[in-house]
Amino acid sequence: MVRNGKTGVRGAGVVLACALALAGCGGAKVGDTGSAQSGSTGDCGTFTIAINPWVGYEANAAVLAEVAEKELGCKVTKKDLKEEVAWQGFGTGEVDAVVENWGHDDLKKKYIEEQKTAVSAGSTGVEGQIGWYVPPWLAEKYPDITDWNNLNKYADLFKTSESGDKGQLLDGDPSFVTNDEALVKNLNLNFKVVYGGSETALIQAFKQAEEKKTPLIGYFYSPQWLLSQVKLVKVKLPPYAAGCDAVAEAIACDYPDYDLDKIVSKKFADANGPAFQLVKNFTWTNEDQNLVAKYIAEDKMSADAAAKKWVGDNADKVKAWLPGGAK
Amino acid sequence: MAAVAVSGVDFRRPSRGVVVALILALWLALWAVLKGLHTLALGPAQLTPLHQGLNDLNDAIGASRNTNPLFLYFFNEIRLVIDEFVILVQSLIAQPAFGRPLPLIGWLGVVALAAFVSYAAGGFRVALLAAAGFTFLGLQGLWQESMDTLALTLSAVLIALLFGIPIGIWAGLSDRFAKIITPVLDFMQTMPTFVYLAPLTLFFLIGPASATIATLIYAAPPAIRLTAHGIRNVPGDTVEASESLGATRAQTLGKVLLPTAKRTIILGVNQTMMAALSMVTIAALIDAPGLGKTVIKALQTLDVGTAFNAGLAIVVLAIVLDRVTTAAGTRVERARQNRNPLAAKVRTGGLIGGGALTAVAIWLSYTYVWAAEFPSDGEIGGSIAKGVATATDWVQGNLSGITNGVKDFATLVLVDPLQSVLTGSPWWLVAAAVVAISVVLGGVRAAIGSAVCLGLLVATGLWQDAMATLASTLVATAAVMVLGVVVGVWMGRSSHADRFIRPVLDAAQTMPAFVYLVPFLALFAASRFTAIVAAVVFAAPVAIKIVADGVRAVSPTTVEAATASGSSAWQTITKVQLPMARQALVLATNQGLIYVLSMVVVGGLVGAGALGYDVVAGFSQGQLYGKGLAAGLAIVVLGVLLDRLTRAAAARTGRA
Repeated sequence: MVRNGKTGVRGAGVVLACALALAGCGGAKVGDTGSAQSGSTGDCGTFTIAINPWVGYEANAAVLAEVAEKELGCKVTKKDLKEEVAWQGFGTGEVDAVVENWGHDDLKKKYIEEQKTAVSAGSTGVEGQIGWYVPPWLAEKYPDITDWNNLNKYADLFKTSESGDKGQLLDGDPSFVTNDEALVKNLNLNFKVVYGGSETALIQAFKQAEEKKTPLIGYFYSPQWLLSQVKLVKVKLPPYAAGCDAVAEAIACDYPDYDLDKIVSKKFADANGPAFQLVKNFTWTNEDQNLVAKYIAEDKMSADAAAKKWVGDNADKVKAWLPGGAK
Repeated sequence: MAAVAVSGVDFRRPSRGVVVALILALWLALWAVLKGLHTLALGPAQLTPLHQGLNDLNDAIGASRNTNPLFLYFFNEIRLVIDEFVILVQSLIAQPAFGRPLPLIGWLGVVALAAFVSYAAGGFRVALLAAAGFTFLGLQGLWQESMDTLALTLSAVLIALLFGIPIGIWAGLSDRFAKIITPVLDFMQTMPTFVYLAPLTLFFLIGPASATIATLIYAAPPAIRLTAHGIRNVPGDTVEASESLGATRAQTLGKVLLPTAKRTIILGVNQTMMAALSMVTIAALIDAPGLGKTVIKALQTLDVGTAFNAGLAIVVLAIVLDRVTTAAGTRVERARQNRNPLAAKVRTGGLIGGGALTAVAIWLSYTYVWAAEFPSDGEIGGSIAKGVATATDWVQGNLSGITNGVKDFATLVLVDPLQSVLTGSPWWLVAAAVVAISVVLGGVRAAIGSAVCLGLLVATGLWQDAMATLASTLVATAAVMVLGVVVGVWMGRSSHADRFIRPVLDAAQTMPAFVYLVPFLALFAASRFTAIVAAVVFAAPVAIKIVADGVRAVSPTTVEAATASGSSAWQTITKVQLPMARQALVLATNQGLIYVLSMVVVGGLVGAGALGYDVVAGFSQGQLYGKGLAAGLAIVVLGVLLDRLTRAAAARTGRA
């Protein structure tokens, strides 16, 4: 047995060797094609973008990377990081830019004001909204459900195994600002906040709720790629007024609209290279971002391919972002 | 759970089970009266001074990063060395390097090398498996990602072994050192990675070093434990004989201890590799390259198919590495037993021939594009993804009604009652009951241990969350044990069943949980039950394997005698095989618990709330960092408490 086995190895080996030798005679050699290194890096140098884990962010980053590489000749590195870790990277020189920031006053205080390792680079032009949403079928069936005043009437509808005898208000990824616990308490709602714990849990819940026509109310936000598939309806909370969210425990008003902005490392800003100028000049609209996000999430394009397509179709918008002297 | 293992075992003193039942009854009675008193509840956004203090500490470290000499001359140096090493391995097989558009060794070279190393370490069969497995990775369209993952995993494993084996030898030789290191190892294995992920990037920056260190913190302990175990189990007379022949300590170690313990040490290497692979997706959260990224990216768009394809690649890598190291272990054993000169000759021939072939393949893959870049035609990754997506859609669409019913029922009758007793009782009542049970099951020493753990739980400020997590953990462990016994007995009695089920178990253990969380969320919604199911999927395989081994170890003559005396299969199982595999059952419970606890954080991502959510939130939000760290510590303490308790109970049962 053993012997046969081993002789078999050798036999197979000889055959394989012949095959390899034959095949090896032809074919292109590695590095022959000349596609090894593309172009010069110009004076742009390297540009490191953090990729925070949501599709809208990735759309911003991919488009910026595409322009930086193709128009400015930068060497772009993307690093997949959660927000907290990304901001931390400003100080260690590991991250140059965060290109879609949702508020995060705590991080701004820590890294911009206290450690002075980061600076703001202006708005992305995208407006973010946070709030409570219901699936479209529910809003259609109970039109008055989209007003918080009526929510207690429907609390029974939202009961789940997790919320006991109250209605369930589903929350998601703890990275995002949430005042829901305070809201429920201060608006005297007969609801319990249940923490899904991840964006995935939220998206799946809303998708499922619309498909199966099951009741659901939860924390959500726009822009988000799911909204192009399922048109979630926002629930009206008492309107936001400046300062109404000053004391966390006492909040009884809606979330403010967020002007999503860009944050860069202080070093990167001070150097004022072409990549920084690009980041500073970059603005687009919710529609633009939604389109690229749709390419990625629904059409299953890679982020790079999606960005290339959009940049190709929107040369005029891109031109406005380029630093003064660039081609 | 421990009560199950104990009851019906000790016939002379049946009182133990009764006493535990009495304690539980008293607890329930008091709970009914005292419900809601002193529950030490803490809201999701609330912090204790401890949490605040940990926040400040974290901030202080971050702020002093660029001036602190510890960073400048210690952590930075470590980071540089590890970064260089990992980048070197990556440039060999995964990343473009040295001005080339491709890595130094292309796919053909890697496949040949994998086969050759497998042949040298294990044998012909695993060499074939390795070649097939690696080719499959390429066919999946994931060659580069797989190689990135392999590079990182192997680097982490090598570094883990570089330190782990010497530490293990020391722990094997010195009882005192073993006592010091064991709690450290427990800590490394049960502390949720999420807790130290962010600080790691502060110490070692974002990059290969942080990912490697995160991986090896979790993966090194098995190598250390098993090395120590192997050294310790070398028969005393062998060592004495060697010493009486005048061998020095170094000689005894090199010539006697290490060779004799070789097989156990290889098992440790195996376990370390598996643990390292299980870190792939988590390490991707701090930019570790490879398959983990593919999984996480795909899940942002609920693309289960793509995530599964990448998860499958991790499973394939795990199975190849597992089988090769296992075969290496058996070969070592066989080589020790018989030294057939002819077989040795054949093997030398095979090694020389194979080595030459491998060298040719490596050269080809260095030189020619066709051997360097995996050809993209004939790719099957897309079809795998599509097939899985279709299947998941069907399951989600058609079964979610039933599964949600199951969830509601199980939550109502199991999870909710247990949780309301644990979280609703005054903390001192729970503590008193646990300490009392510890006295009965494990004696005074066990009770002291429990008391200390319970005190620490209170100190973390997360008592109520810890109790909620404990409730889910107990339910999950019970389910794990039911599965463990049923499937384990089946596998133990039928080698046929074993052959079919084992690969499924391997897959369940190594498939990243993130992949199946999405369909689970559709089936069971975001809930504690989803977290429990995920934990069961991950933990049951270990319990099943241990029970199967235990049942198989029952001597066949005993089983035959029982069958001959007219016992039915049921009687043989319940009266002979299970009681005789008692130690295995206890071990399975113990390991089941630890594995379930290691899924607490994953549970936090799908609606488990409690400690798991605290840890996840701490990773995501700066001001909750301290709380997340405290929650991580609470998980460790829970693990130690349950581990020590089951072990003490087992030791008593063993003696009784």
